[in-house]
Amino acid sequence: MDMQVAKKKLGLKERYAVMTRGLDWTPSYQKMEDIYPYIAYEGIKIHDWDKWEDPFRLTMDAYWKYQAEKERKLYAIIDAFNQNNGHLNVTDARYINTIKLFISGISPLEYVAHRGFAHAGRAFPGAGPRVACLMQSLDEIRHAQTQVHSISNYNKYYNGMHDFHHAHDRVWFLSVPKSFFDDAITAGPFEFMVSIGFSFEYVLTNLLFVPFVSGAAYNGDMGTMTFGFSAQSDEARHMTLGLEVIKFILEQDPANVPIVQRWIDKWTWRGYRVLTLVAMMMDYMLPKRTMSWKEAWEVYFEENGGALFKDLARYGIKMPKCAEQIALEKDHLSHQAWSTFYNYAAAANFHTWMPDEDEMAWLAAKYPASFDKHYRPRYEFWREQAAKGNRFYNKTLPMLCQTCQIPMIFTEPGDATKICYREVDYKGDKYHFCSDHCKEIFEHEPEKYVQAWLPVHQIYQGNCFPEGTDPTVEGFDPLAAVLQYYKLEHGRDNLDFDISEDKKNFAEWRGQATKNI
Amino acid sequence: MQIDLRTVTIKPLRQTFDNIARRIGADKPASRYQEGTLDMQQTANFHYRPTWDPEHDIYDASRTAIKMADWYAFKDPRQFYYGAYTLARAKQQDTAEANFDFVENRGLAGTLPESVRKTVLELLLPLRHVAWGSNMNNASVCAYSYGTGFSQPHIYQAMDQLGIAQYLTRVGLLLGDVESLDEAKRAWMDDDAWQGLRRYVEDSFVIKDPVELFVAQNVALDGLLYPLVYETIIDDVLSSQGGTPVAMLTQFMTDWFTETRKWADATVKIAAAESPENKEVMARWLSQWRDRSAAALLPVARIALGDRSDEVLGEVVQQFNARMAKAGVAL
Repeated sequence: MDMQVAKKKLGLKERYAVMTRGLDWTPSYQKMEDIYPYIAYEGIKIHDWDKWEDPFRLTMDAYWKYQAEKERKLYAIIDAFNQNNGHLNVTDARYINTIKLFISGISPLEYVAHRGFAHAGRAFPGAGPRVACLMQSLDEIRHAQTQVHSISNYNKYYNGMHDFHHAHDRVWFLSVPKSFFDDAITAGPFEFMVSIGFSFEYVLTNLLFVPFVSGAAYNGDMGTMTFGFSAQSDEARHMTLGLEVIKFILEQDPANVPIVQRWIDKWTWRGYRVLTLVAMMMDYMLPKRTMSWKEAWEVYFEENGGALFKDLARYGIKMPKCAEQIALEKDHLSHQAWSTFYNYAAAANFHTWMPDEDEMAWLAAKYPASFDKHYRPRYEFWREQAAKGNRFYNKTLPMLCQTCQIPMIFTEPGDATKICYREVDYKGDKYHFCSDHCKEIFEHEPEKYVQAWLPVHQIYQGNCFPEGTDPTVEGFDPLAAVLQYYKLEHGRDNLDFDISEDKKNFAEWRGQATKNI
Repeated sequence: MQIDLRTVTIKPLRQTFDNIARRIGADKPASRYQEGTLDMQQTANFHYRPTWDPEHDIYDASRTAIKMADWYAFKDPRQFYYGAYTLARAKQQDTAEANFDFVENRGLAGTLPESVRKTVLELLLPLRHVAWGSNMNNASVCAYSYGTGFSQPHIYQAMDQLGIAQYLTRVGLLLGDVESLDEAKRAWMDDDAWQGLRRYVEDSFVIKDPVELFVAQNVALDGLLYPLVYETIIDDVLSSQGGTPVAMLTQFMTDWFTETRKWADATVKIAAAESPENKEVMARWLSQWRDRSAAALLPVARIALGDRSDEVLGEVVQQFNARMAKAGVAL
């Protein structure tokens, strides 16, 4: 047998390069601009795609191996949790409302991320970013599916999540997360990467995904906790990609800096407004709290984010200016949101309630500057009214912000007694905003934001009733018709937790599982 | 003997989500494939038009000429959701790894006749770029097609093709070295034998209709390329010349094609069975891209088959036509 000449061993980096970049070539039968039509119009200049540093060097064989191992474990735990009636081990049935919020508000976004990263991966001419984006696209469909699979068992026993896809496209408050992702995926591929890859995955993930998963861990929900922990290493990869994207774009051309700064400003604010839902979840919906919204913001944004923006300063990137206003709102955000959902409990797919005495004490301790002064009195009043049989359900519709689509519930920065209103005239119509930042986002791209499908406008225009509804008949009940359009069952999916079927069933089933009755 | 373990049984309020129940009936639990696929894509009340494609909605069925009453008529016979997909591939990867180890540890690469080694490097290594092109095309179909039933398998297909490009790279590094990869890329860019195929791939990059792109890439090109190169040239012709170790190194591709063509066939069948109009469109695309694909592959076949190329390729095309006829499209 011939002597084999010892081959040059490739280093990890070299080997990864022949496994990815080496596959690419410069086409000559079709023009680059026809193959990659979406990369010029945002004004981002990339001179050398090869300068891209691969944030992680994962070939497909290794990817399949690691991910399959994780899937095996995850589904084994989900099966055990289901078989063992794990849902009865959660702290109390109120907790399940966070799952309703998650499956109808967040899981559908994982799916959009899957499609969005496929689009971005296809759009970029560089092999490095394409592989990273497509791997994330694949991970995101994993997250969407593992969430649906984990939560499927809750849906069998509890109300409000039985038609979550349908709800996500229609229910009024779900247009807040939906419009956020619609905004990102309809932007150009570079802005998509900054919005989702950087602002959402890197800057805000610890304030969105983590509170839900930690909340699950604190409240005995092993099903949700497990998919969260299983997604952790994927998320770490996505965060690395988000940071690499931003550094790459900024290093390519100084003209990119102001464009990217504007995107960071916009998406930090857009993301923060979506986090309103998380803030109230943390402070009100978890029977066993992990930390307050205010503490989470201080740790994950002010401290960690502060360090990040210090690091990005060398590229000329500054801390988003909205951070100042967010700091002013952190004593109020969750309370204003929960008050609103308490009001609109007849029109939502989850239950609300008034915090009990212990919980009020916790809130007062966590929010010494605001809770006792502004929010406790109104809660006590509502509680009294409810005790007298006057539980208040607001049946009129609120004005929505044209950009973030949240009802105009927020107060002026620094004055918790005055609602903040802003408006803009554009082509003969008046548009309303909850804040200076939402107004600025609109003013920069009015032609985009005038398209928004605002749930309240749509209801008033008669677009949110079942087909064939005649709103002019005597005794027409608009709320009932809207609930039918949402496919929500009045008295079962909505209203106060105290009178809910969930509460009743949970108590009965827990008794059945733990007592000899 | 059966043992009877008792668990506390609570009667569920419902078996699955309502959107699934509307499709399969409310009385039975849904599979993970169904819950992870059906209606996953948003369908209504989009807020903004894509700035990169203002003529369409974010997801828009009118991006293709194929018309479906329900895009969830498309079902993956493999029932692949992410978990099932990764488990299947991890298993194949175990086999592939064992095969690579076997060939490497026993020095089998060194036992290949030089003519076989040369043919393999010349024929297989430029196909890295074809697989990379497929990765991009399948990303495109995943991004721009309508309904998760149709779009989902394409992200799997995209990543499979990246995996295949990487396996081919490893074959190149095992039988040759980095220079072999460079030489293959030069041939891909410049040699006459490859220009028809490179043009085909680059032309496919600008196809806007996602279903047409599915046809051009996953049906017409792969449908001739895999039977020709992996099933015929490597598994038959080269094996008979002492090239069996190569067949071990490409087993992933052979198995993969056997599996994925079932999905491709089912997809063609469902699209064509929907209406005479769809069938006409599918037949037009299939015959058009099949002819281009066959013409592009002929000079490539010559690298290994010489004079027999026309005859062998003719057989492969015949088999392809039979496959499509079985899927309901006579060509």
